Order: sequence, then C-alpha cells, then structure tokens
Amino acid sequence: MRDKNMDEQKKEFDWFDRPSSRRLLWRLLWGACALSVVAEFFVHRHPHFGIDGIFGFYALLGFIGCSAMILFAKMLGKWVKRGEDYYGDNIEDDVIPEDIDDGNHD
Amino acid sequence: MTELPPSLLLFAGALITMLLRGRARNIFLVALPVYAFWHISQLSFGEGPKLDFLPTFDALEPLRVDKLSKAFGYIFTLNAAVAFLFAFYVKKAFQHVWALIYIGAALGVIFSGDLITLYVYWEVMAISSAFVIIARNTLRAKQAAFRYVMVHIFGGLLLLAGIVMTVSSSGSIAFDAFDYADANLGTWLILSGFLVNAAAPLFSAWLSDAYPEASVTGGLILSAYTTKTAVYTLLRGFPGWEPLMVIGCVMAVFGIMYALLENDMRRILAYSIINQVGFMVCAAGIGTKMAIAGAVAHAFCHIIYKSLLWMSAGAVLYRTGKSRCTELGGLYKTMPWTLLFGGIGALAISAVPLTSGFTSKTIIIAATEYKELFWVWLILELASAGVFLHAGIKFPYFVFFNKDRGMRPKEAPKTMLWAMGILSFLCIYLGVRPQALYDILPYPVDYQAYTVSHLVTQMQLLMFSALVFFLFLPMLKRTATISLDTDWFYRKGGQAFYRVMDKSLNGINTAVADLIAVRYTAWLGRFFRTAPAEILGGLLVPYWMVLGLGSYAIAERKEKLILRAKRGAFPIGITACLAVMMLAIIYLVALA
Repeated sequence: MRDKNMDEQKKEFDWFDRPSSRRLLWRLLWGACALSVVAEFFVHRHPHFGIDGIFGFYALLGFIGCSAMILFAKMLGKWVKRGEDYYGDNIEDDVIPEDIDDGNHD
Repeated sequence: MTELPPSLLLFAGALITMLLRGRARNIFLVALPVYAFWHISQLSFGEGPKLDFLPTFDALEPLRVDKLSKAFGYIFTLNAAVAFLFAFYVKKAFQHVWALIYIGAALGVIFSGDLITLYVYWEVMAISSAFVIIARNTLRAKQAAFRYVMVHIFGGLLLLAGIVMTVSSSGSIAFDAFDYADANLGTWLILSGFLVNAAAPLFSAWLSDAYPEASVTGGLILSAYTTKTAVYTLLRGFPGWEPLMVIGCVMAVFGIMYALLENDMRRILAYSIINQVGFMVCAAGIGTKMAIAGAVAHAFCHIIYKSLLWMSAGAVLYRTGKSRCTELGGLYKTMPWTLLFGGIGALAISAVPLTSGFTSKTIIIAATEYKELFWVWLILELASAGVFLHAGIKFPYFVFFNKDRGMRPKEAPKTMLWAMGILSFLCIYLGVRPQALYDILPYPVDYQAYTVSHLVTQMQLLMFSALVFFLFLPMLKRTATISLDTDWFYRKGGQAFYRVMDKSLNGINTAVADLIAVRYTAWLGRFFRTAPAEILGGLLVPYWMVLGLGSYAIAERKEKLILRAKRGAFPIGITACLAVMMLAIIYLVALA
C-alpha cells in the first residue's frame, strides 16, 4: 500500500495520532470521571453492604482495584513471563494458513 | 419432525456440507443453523421420544426440552449462523464439517436428559473440536490440538468415572440437579469433568493454549461452545454448590491477570473467556433463581459479544497475518468498520450502559447483593472493572491505536462486516431492550438494570478503570513474551517425563541387555563347559590323595578330566557314574 500517491496519503484519516486530539481525549476522560462522581450528589443510593454506601465508592473501587490489579499483574509477569521461544515452538510454519488473506479474494 | 434432536440436524448438515461446493456450500452453512434455530423454537417443552438402552438401565432421553436448554439452544444456533456468515470466504470444507459436528454435539449435550447421552456427546465435542483446531494446518496448531485433546480426554475420563459411580449407587441415569448435601466421590468427579471444560483454575490452560492456534474462523467458533456447554451443565447439575463461587471468583480474577500480561490479541480474548465464564460459574455456585437466570442471560450475551471480539481480531489477523500487539497498531486508519464493531463488542463485554453486558452480567452481581455475599460481590465488581481494562480498552487500543506500524491493510471483507454488524446490533439491542432476552430465561427476572443510581455507579467504576489504564500505560507496554500457565506442567513436564523415561527405561534396557545377552550367556556357556569337570575334579582330589598320588600326578589327572569333560568324551563307566551322582543329588534335593 506504499505506492499510494502523496495526495491520498495526506487525506488519510489520522485524527487519533494528532497531539491535539490526544489532549482532547485526555480532557474528556478526566471530565467523564469528574462528572460520574459529581452525579452521585443527585442520586439516592441503596447500599447493600454498608461499605458501598461510602461516597464515590465505585470510583475508588475502580481506581484502587485496577491499579492493584495492574501492579499485581506486573509482579506476576516477572515470575511467569518468558521469551516467545520458551517451548521451542516459535516457528514460522512453511504452511501458509489458508485463512490469512493472500490478496486474491475479497 | 418436531421430536428430532437438533444435534442430528447439524450432523446431517455436516454430511451434506461434504457434498456441496463453492457458494452453495457457504449459503447452506448459514441457512442450516438458522433452520436449527427455528426448529428449536418449535420444540415443545417436556421429554421427547426415549431410546431403550441396556436392560438394567432406564431408557435414554436424547431430547429434554425446557427453558434452560432452549435458551442455550437459541444462542448456539444463532451464533453458528453468524459465524458461518463471517466464514463465507473459507474455501475448504474440512473445518466446517468438523465445526458442524462440534456445534451439533454441543446442542446434543444441552438437550440430553440423561448422563449416558450427555457423555457420548461430550466426547464427540472433544474430538471434533480438536479437528477444528488441527484444520489450521500449521505445526503449532497440530501440537496445540494434541495437548488440547489430551486434557479433554482426561476431563472425559473424570466425567465417565463419576457417571459410573453415580449411576451404580443411585441406579438412575437421569441428569438433574445433584444435591450438595449428598455430595459423594461420584458427583465430585462429574463436577470435575465439567469444570475441566469450563476452564476452571489449574485446568484452564487448554483454552488459552489451543484456541489462539486455531484458524480465524476456528477460534471464533470454538470460543462459544465448549465453555458455555460446561456452564450449562453446571447450572443444570450443580446449582448452589458453594465451592463453585470460589472457583468462579478465582477464574474471574485469573483471566484478568493473564489477559493483562498477554501479547497475542487472540490470547487476550482467550483469557477473557476464562474471566467471563468465572462470572457464570460463580452464579451456578450462588444457585438462586436470580443467579441462574443471570448466568443464562450472561452466557447468551457473552457468546454474542465474545464472538464479535473474536471476529474483529479474526478480521485483523486475516488482513495482516499478525496477532501480536507488539506487531499491530494504528489500524483504525484503514479498518474503521472492524474497529467500530470490535469496539461495540469491547463496550458490551465491559458492561457499559446501553450494551448487553450491562443488562446481563449485572444480574449476577445483583444476585450476590440479594444473598449478601460480600466477598463474592466485591470480587465480581473488581473483575468487572478489570474486564474494561483488558478486553474493553487494552484489546482495541493496542490493535487499532497505540503505535502506527505502517500497516495499511484493507478493510475486512463484506461478509465479515455483515456478520460483525449483526452481532453489534444484537449487543446494543439487548442492551436497550433486554426484555426479549429476559423472556426466554429459565426463571422470571424481576430486575431493572436502568436505575439512575446503577448508571452512576457503573459509570464511576468504568471511567476510573479507564483512567487507570491510561495513567498506567507505560507499565502496560507490550513485550514480545509469553506467560507461563498451568500447561507448563504438561508441556515441560511432558518433556521431562520423556527424558526421565528415556534415561531410566532405556538405561535399564541397555544394562540388562549387556548383563543377560553378553555377560550372563557367556558365563553360562563357560559354566556348562567346565563346571561339572571342575567340581568333579575338586571332589576327586581327596580320593586321589588317599590313593597316594603326588601333587604333580593329581594336577595331570585333573587336567585330563577337564579336557575330557570339555570334549564330552568320557568313558561309558564315568558317564554312568556321573549320571548316578546327578540322580543322587536330585534325590537329596527332593528329599530336603
């Protein structure tokens, strides 16, 4: 696909690669987080266990829980991660699996 | 016709598929599951015709229809139809034939009312699915299929042993709910057999090992049936078995951890299946009507959005030939439709409001709240957040965004897009109008997902999970690695076992061969040639001494004797004397 002419390459949709778009997405994300917490002021909640009645409980759960899971996975990774050829089977097969597009059919 | 088990439709379809060619075959493959879907909708509740089995057993019951089996029947056939539409481009019949047998056997399990029928279908499923994996025809696929089928044979044997024990102690082959209070070795073994297929902890590696080695369409089809059939058997046979809650929670968290570590996009989705099935296994353990209904709803929606995710990953693999996150990225530019549909699947699996995950998975969580199971509830909420991390964001982010690797593949073929479009529609439709789904559940569901409070809490959970993902992005950078799973034990263990056996058994073999064939026989030959004469000579020495012979003469006589013995040339008198002595020895030995 590298033989496209320059005009077409310029037209390519690359919105997500632009730094300005990334900044905007970051703002939207922070905004959505803030909005979800602020919305709780206007909601009557029905906690089942007590602890889930704390203000912003689900935000905390999401934040702390996910951070903990990522950190734990990172530690686990130190223990279980291996090179791709650990089992000695990281082979490029001679057989081209027929379900990879060879450009002959659409 | 309405009394025909749906499995037979698909088995017959497998035969017809072999006869058809080209486009006719592809159309037939889509039409058949649609017909099977209609057929299932026409089945009347209750038991179908029975088949006499062995004299002392009850009759077999190949068609038991109730709301539970129908719900699974609907989604199995629906998913098959869309999967075959996706697979429209496949030119060879081989994997489709095996896929139809596999799906047929899964339907067979769902509709079987007795343990014997269930077991037969169970094994057909194991074998046919192994061929679906083999169909990719790479060495890796063949090796993975071999490991896969070994694990499933093991699981099948557990099931068989359990069935034999249960049937011989209870006298009934019926497959109904087992009572947790009467749990015995037989029922535990049946449960273990089911749990192997549900990818329970320690037995989950077959899934993440084998599915990603299957072909684009093979992986898609496999992702729906084996684990969900196992979920069905747990819901049917083991509702309220408390250990299932623990197992389910472990699965839900385990799946997230490994999906976070994984580099291969289809392996991320494979671990994500384990995570999702964990919710359903947990629901079986809770066992209340709400939990069971929630598990069925979740299984139904899960099959749709997980197929959708496998399809989008499959389309990427089809166009690029790559499946590692470290080699993918930036595909949103040329595969926007695949991204859109995959994204809808990702949102649905994360239970974002307006998608099917929000109206199904949350029923299970509500069931934990009603039963006041604090820890189970907490872990499932945590796991829900984790789903958004690994399947909801990680998968689309690393495949379609992240770093542009200069790949400009074409958009997926039209039939693939149609298939993904249909499933995307279902994800949203069931998220907006869940009542259509609630109506087919085994128990009526009095559950309202759309309360303002639930919307707010769910959005908090998801948005902050997303925030964590992007804040921790440097830590989540993919590496070209694999992660060791429990398959290490039989992959490395198998090699070690082979080496130990090679060294020990072949070592013993060589040593024994040397001892027996070389040394012992030679020694034996020497012994029989010379020993009788040596012994006789030794015995005669005192006699010769008594005769007054000198040492020189004795030595001479002894040598002569030995020489004669070697040649076997004794005078007749001596031979007779030796024979008499031999007889005397035997007589003495016999007396003793």
